[in-house]
Amino acid sequence: MNCKSVIREISNFIDGALEPAEKQELERHLDHCEDCKIVVDQTKLTIDVFCDSEPVELPSDVRTRLHEALRRKVKENTQ
Amino acid sequence: MLCVTLMDGKARRWPDIGPVPLLSATNPHRLPSGIAKEDEHLLVAAAKRGDAAAFEELVNRYERKIFRLTMNITRNREDAEDAMQDAFLKSYAHLKDFQEDSRFYTWLVRIAANEALMRLRKRRPNQFSLDEPIEGDEDLMPRELEDWGPSPEQRFAQTEMQEILSDVIDKLEPDFRVVFVLRDIEELSTEETAKTLGISVPAVKSRLLRARLKLRQKLNRYFKQGGTN
Repeated sequence: MNCKSVIREISNFIDGALEPAEKQELERHLDHCEDCKIVVDQTKLTIDVFCDSEPVELPSDVRTRLHEALRRKVKENTQ
Repeated sequence: MLCVTLMDGKARRWPDIGPVPLLSATNPHRLPSGIAKEDEHLLVAAAKRGDAAAFEELVNRYERKIFRLTMNITRNREDAEDAMQDAFLKSYAHLKDFQEDSRFYTWLVRIAANEALMRLRKRRPNQFSLDEPIEGDEDLMPRELEDWGPSPEQRFAQTEMQEILSDVIDKLEPDFRVVFVLRDIEELSTEETAKTLGISVPAVKSRLLRARLKLRQKLNRYFKQGGTN
């Protein structure tokens, strides 16, 4: 497996979606290719930082409007 | 008082927390914190029976995440607010149609994503199309391979990190961004993402690969040792 093939399969590798033989071949490439290893590690970290990021607090005016709209909807449904 | 019917068919009462104002924004009713997140299906069942407080608890639980989702897709505050509000209103109106073959949150994400996509298409009719074929893989080879040092997550304060992530995702093309948001931030499966966006599974995979590589490249500016802070 060459560098181009590794990059093409990087998502499937990270998602655990490669066949065992392909996975082994890719891992063998990573053992001796520092550049591809950096890309794999940094791509994983890219996903992690987004996945781990906490949603920001909902602005209070936005929250107020949302809950008021829901209250009206509930009232409509119960009338 | 809230009352839920559990799997064993026995109706049990939740703790009496006194009179609860219906959907009050200034004094939102919150259930005791001891009730675990795994109770989502109980809240959904109660909401389906018309328990507005149970639905409100679901809203309280997910409003921040749904706003993040609609902001990430639209990248426009007004559109994100409208999409979030309409998503909650539609989920309330169609709650009886929810078959519970997935988590309520996943169902909600799909509704909110559709609301956000509709607004994105309206605002950028010529810039956003998931039907466009994507380019070959010549441009996939990463450039700028630099050491990010130990744990970039610890080098930045939370608010600083949020600004960085907001900046880089803002610069990602919308058709890559929506796939990344649904797959990697909301953690929908590839199949769920494909279904939500109305594209094929290979199209999701292809866009996800490019989105991940492009974001890595954009983060390099911030995360490389001695990079822009």
